[in-house]
Amino acid sequence: MQMKEYKPLIVAFCCNWCSYAGADLAGNNRLNYPADVKIIRVPCSCRVNPMFILRAFQKGADGVIICGCHPGDCHYTSGNYYTRRRMAALFSMLDFLGIERERTRVEWVSAAEGAKFAATMNDFAEKVAALGENKRLEDLRCKK
Amino acid sequence: MQRIGVFVCWCGSNIAGTVDVQAVSEALKNEPGVVYSTNYQYMCSQAGQDMIKNAVKEHNLTGIVVCSCSPRMHEATFRKTAAAAGLNPYMVEIANIREQCSWVHKEMPIGTEKAIILGKAAIAKVNLNTPLIPGESPVTKRALVIGGGIAGIQTALDIADAGFPVDIVEKQPTIGGKMAQLDKTFPTLDCAACILTPKMVDVAQNDKIRIFSYSEVAEVGGFVGNFDVKIKRRARYVKEDVCTGCGACVEKCPMKKVPNEFNLGMDNRTAIYIPFAQAVPKVATIDPNHCNMLKNGKCGLCAKVCAAGAIDYKQQDEIIEEKYGAIVVATGFNPISMDKFDEYAYNQSKDVITSLEFERLTNAAGPTAGKLLRPSDHKHPHTIVFVQCVGSRCAACAEKGKEYCSKICCMYTAKHAMLTRDKYPDTEVYVFYIDVRTPGKNFDEFYRRAVEEYGVHYIKGMVGKVVPEGDKLKVQASDLLDNKQLHIDADLVVLAAAIEPDKSARPLATMLTASMDTNDFFTEAHPKLRPVESPTAGVFLSGTCQGPKDIPETVSQAGAAASKVIGLLAKDKLTGNPCVANSDELMCNGCSSCQRVCPYGAISYIDKEFRMPDRTTKIRRVASVNPAVCQGCGACTVACPSGAMDLKGFANEQIMAEVDAICK
Amino acid sequence: MNKEYLRDEMLRMSGVNPKKCMKCGKCSATCPAYDEMEYHPHQFVSMVEKGDIEPLMKSESLYRCLTCFACVDRCPRGVEPAKLIEAVRLSVIRQQGANRLKADDVPAKLDDDMPQQAIVSAFRKYSK
Repeated sequence: MQMKEYKPLIVAFCCNWCSYAGADLAGNNRLNYPADVKIIRVPCSCRVNPMFILRAFQKGADGVIICGCHPGDCHYTSGNYYTRRRMAALFSMLDFLGIERERTRVEWVSAAEGAKFAATMNDFAEKVAALGENKRLEDLRCKK
Repeated sequence: MQRIGVFVCWCGSNIAGTVDVQAVSEALKNEPGVVYSTNYQYMCSQAGQDMIKNAVKEHNLTGIVVCSCSPRMHEATFRKTAAAAGLNPYMVEIANIREQCSWVHKEMPIGTEKAIILGKAAIAKVNLNTPLIPGESPVTKRALVIGGGIAGIQTALDIADAGFPVDIVEKQPTIGGKMAQLDKTFPTLDCAACILTPKMVDVAQNDKIRIFSYSEVAEVGGFVGNFDVKIKRRARYVKEDVCTGCGACVEKCPMKKVPNEFNLGMDNRTAIYIPFAQAVPKVATIDPNHCNMLKNGKCGLCAKVCAAGAIDYKQQDEIIEEKYGAIVVATGFNPISMDKFDEYAYNQSKDVITSLEFERLTNAAGPTAGKLLRPSDHKHPHTIVFVQCVGSRCAACAEKGKEYCSKICCMYTAKHAMLTRDKYPDTEVYVFYIDVRTPGKNFDEFYRRAVEEYGVHYIKGMVGKVVPEGDKLKVQASDLLDNKQLHIDADLVVLAAAIEPDKSARPLATMLTASMDTNDFFTEAHPKLRPVESPTAGVFLSGTCQGPKDIPETVSQAGAAASKVIGLLAKDKLTGNPCVANSDELMCNGCSSCQRVCPYGAISYIDKEFRMPDRTTKIRRVASVNPAVCQGCGACTVACPSGAMDLKGFANEQIMAEVDAICK
Repeated sequence: MNKEYLRDEMLRMSGVNPKKCMKCGKCSATCPAYDEMEYHPHQFVSMVEKGDIEPLMKSESLYRCLTCFACVDRCPRGVEPAKLIEAVRLSVIRQQGANRLKADDVPAKLDDDMPQQAIVSAFRKYSK
């Protein structure tokens, strides 16, 4: 059997108002970041249910990143504060389960920060790739 | 099962340059639910849109996936296309294969692979989409302005100018607010009364504006476009529609020793009073705490002298109910209490005063008829010390001062110093400052004039203490630039007290479910882009209730708030965003978690009757979302422990399906 | 001595963060011993922040501070200059190993009006 080149699978949740627009700006400015990053649009970072993240890891994602507006700039005034608290709790639980801290991240990216979005994704993908495949939570029943 | 059509856009070579569009449309053909898949050069062009419309008819499509540019660009376009073809516009999903794929990846195979995955995720989502219909609600074409200072007055005038009726609720007996107490205004030095009182008259004469003075908002219900407000009109014991404001009662009233709050207690008024000559409405009010007739049933002089028969000792508080489409908060500010600042001896000496008291002392209608006299002995002060930042920028102790800069003190102190030197050149004026902040049109020029032309001594440093000694005030201060400690024998010390939001703001915010910051200033919907709107739909902010402001800024914000109100009231119906939260009543356990995280107060709890399997009925407490108020952030969906709360258009299942499609 | 080390040591001993200072000078405005001091409370704050501590350590100002804490009470930013002055003073006393006030010196300084507490606090401040 031939070993395929390892490519991490990264799911990025981006809030519609800041980070998704930041990702668009990265595109407009043709800033490269790895194609391993797949973006899911949510209205606000606080829409990200911990279930989504668990599901991603269960289905074989190697890293999950959540991007929202900067603290104080949330379109819905306080959504990103909820995100910050919820994810702090979730990530420490994931850590306990053996999902390394580097596989999860919350980052604030504004609509003007295309460069920051690309840099963040490059950095995150690199860190996740260094950790290798994530098998800890992978559910074999999900494998076809 | 959905019947989905997939439309892959080339965007000229923008997408087709790095993504093999043919391969993408081929690959997506076999996804579940897809019955048609094609690609075209410019999907957003008329021809591309016609292609979509035709395909909907030909293939009986129920859902559409467009693989193109960012949904922020053309989601609205394709939703319109779908609607034109008879589909629900919310059955369209966009896979962003330009900004987030072809433009950021350079190699064709990689780009193509990612585009296919993004397409699959969008298809997975559309499979679970349901038609959404935005809710509509009527708009009551009447606005409420809470607070009758310059902010409220300007907002009301602007709204009335556009033809909508406005009510002003003011808790004092007259409108005018703080500006009515001021003497001159910086940086032009025109007199406050000369520019404010004509506006007050305009308000009184405008038939679109009703003034509820001596009144308070008691209760607020409803939501944007449909607020139900109860206004408490406090009894003033004078019939407002009968009183002519002649003032005969005021002359005859024997209770003449009531501290006059309009002059900040520096002189006295009578128990029945008109706050000042230009008051609007110009109607007398009886102060029930000091009126002998109301307290002891003895006197009744005012009723005897009133030719119009306006006095009514039996008047009761009255509650008025009214419907409003929009509410503007203009509750304004107050200087903070100086009680905690023992070092400045405010409570020990009458000659240590706040800047607002100084305004009254220099005002021609004030207690000294505009002559600058010491409150203690009515002598002319020859040395005046102004202290800046008293309680502003004070982070050490929350009950003493405020952490923020009060913004207006630098300029009004420069104004006071300049006016004093102008009128009384024999007076030495010292201003102790930490920083002089003059960002504003002609502001710095104004401050420099105070120093260069009027010879005001500006000293960098703070006053450490003020000790009354004989008829002097011993001021001990530091001069940081000279590295000296100064001792000045002053006749008058003026403290630039920090300003804070009016005390009525906090309970009002609770009634309106409008959010506030830790300093009790109202929070705006967006600090840069929506500065006059509260996050609560239909509630707008005007003036100092949102943050410290000078008069020009307040007036421009008042106008901005009015324009937002006019925009709202001009609509006959409000169309909501259909992507709102929705609670499954059968699953809701009534825990209130969602209600607590909702930043808009959109969730309430209702008691609802449920039929049980054994045919009995049971009343349970369940969450109910008001779709007109919900903005669709989804905070509640995650807080809900039973999974009852979901967000339309971004449902748990839909996002989960996207995750699955991406991680396959 | 290394400037940064000295500064960090002062900050650690006093628990003061001089960066909070907004340079209003209220500490020096309120100081009753101002005229006795070569370096004034606000200068202590800014010089320690810059690491410019050796002149302070050589200065008599250290022993002119009454530790009345008026500056601490009045500071609008909660900087607590008196604690910083005390930290500098203590570091000098500890380094020299020299007591500024010895038990033998006390009887000569006594007078009837002096509260006993002042002697105790002087010992605390000026002895190793």
